[in-house]
Amino acid sequence: MTDGTAIDPPLGLLAELTHRCPLSCPYCSNPENLDRRSGELDTETWKRVFAEAAALGVMQVHLSGGEPTARADIVEITAHCRDVGLYTNLITSGINVAGAKLDALADAGLDHVQISFQGDISDHADHVSGMQGSHARKLELAAQVTGLGLPLTVNAVIHRGNADRVREMVQFAVDLGARRIEIAHVQYYGWALRNRDALMPTAEQVRTSTAAVDQARADFAGQIVIDAVVPDYYARRPKPCVGGWGRRSLNVTPAGKVLPCHAAETIPHLTFPNVRDRSLSDIWHHSEAFNAYRGTDWMAEPCRSCDRRDVDFGGCRCQALAMTGDAGATDPACQLSPFHARMIELAETAVAEVEASPMDTRYDYRRFL
Amino acid sequence: MIGDATIPALPRGVRLREDQARGGFTLMAPERVLKLDPIANEVLKRIDGTATVAMIVDDLARTFAADRAQIDRDVKSMLQGLADKRLLDLTGND
Ligand code: SF4
Ligand code: SF4
Repeated sequence: MTDGTAIDPPLGLLAELTHRCPLSCPYCSNPENLDRRSGELDTETWKRVFAEAAALGVMQVHLSGGEPTARADIVEITAHCRDVGLYTNLITSGINVAGAKLDALADAGLDHVQISFQGDISDHADHVSGMQGSHARKLELAAQVTGLGLPLTVNAVIHRGNADRVREMVQFAVDLGARRIEIAHVQYYGWALRNRDALMPTAEQVRTSTAAVDQARADFAGQIVIDAVVPDYYARRPKPCVGGWGRRSLNVTPAGKVLPCHAAETIPHLTFPNVRDRSLSDIWHHSEAFNAYRGTDWMAEPCRSCDRRDVDFGGCRCQALAMTGDAGATDPACQLSPFHARMIELAETAVAEVEASPMDTRYDYRRFL
Repeated sequence: MIGDATIPALPRGVRLREDQARGGFTLMAPERVLKLDPIANEVLKRIDGTATVAMIVDDLARTFAADRAQIDRDVKSMLQGLADKRLLDLTGND
């Protein structure tokens, strides 16, 4: 454990304002046990959190969920974030936002809009989102966003059913007038983990989709920025999960728990502090959970003596736990981990038999249990 | 391509901000916080949506009593880099 007093301030805060969402994507990273409306933080508490975040050094806030605009106070919260100096980013499903609500958000000072698209063709997209007509409503919102001159990012989650359509997805985003597209392979937490067998792409799909991203970067240079998160289960070295535990960002859940990353709650021996009880600064600097995997002192071999320990920080703690039973172990995505072969094997057996299809019928859609 | 008559402008959603916690200035953009060195900050401060590249370069050369040709090269390459990342709009190109 490290003493957090000398720790740099975080740059970003992801605020999961609510778990409520009109869509039911099977790859949703929200936990299986969704927070209910009755347990959500109230407006005043969120406002305090954002003021504390700005004072702590946070520069950008990501208003997310669930669907953040499902909260009746979303405009008030957005205006407050701008007032305290935060760059304000809305991450939305795009349902029930177009029209007066977006105008009000823009007037409140919203800086950036990210819309999740479940495909580039409405049949595919509506199938994955679980709502007929959802794609058309997203298109309507996208047009309004670019019409206002606000920057638009298309969020595309890549999985077995659409991994072969990366190029089409980028073209789709360019046609919408998006300045940026985020291409992220599914991360297997929460509902996504429940649907892993249907969602996990084959090794071949990972290769071809990665090549498609590189090709699109070259072909669309200067037109759109492509940020891609490639899956690490076929990689040789892990990603520095969230830029290192407690180094760059934090998450606040609808009920006020503060997490170093959105899957951190899967680590059972850690108790996560709540903004209802402590200030954000106290949590960031002094909580046991944030200090648990900071720096390199907690590491065991092979990370401890590895020259990449300050580059990837030993990878993802949640993945280490899921595969090895020890959250303090080397991420099995690393070739130097004794569990690496087992991880590859698991990834490959998960995708063995069934043909990839954009209309996969095996999804267990996200819902309140 | 950027010429002397090009007018650079920060698009909506891209803005300069002082970083009180860490010191210095940053350019805030979608999913980006770019820490600016003092020179980049001097250039960006002069972008107001009406000044041309030539006016910005003149002003910098005067203020810092520096070689105009050198500043001209540096400013144009910096602005092109930002435009390629969709962080800057360019108008008045020929
Ligand atoms: S992934 Fe889908 S279901 Fe989950 S919050 Fe986003 S839009 Fe809603
Ligand atoms: S051994 Fe640890 S520090 Fe070294 S590359 Fe693998 S995960 Fe990273």
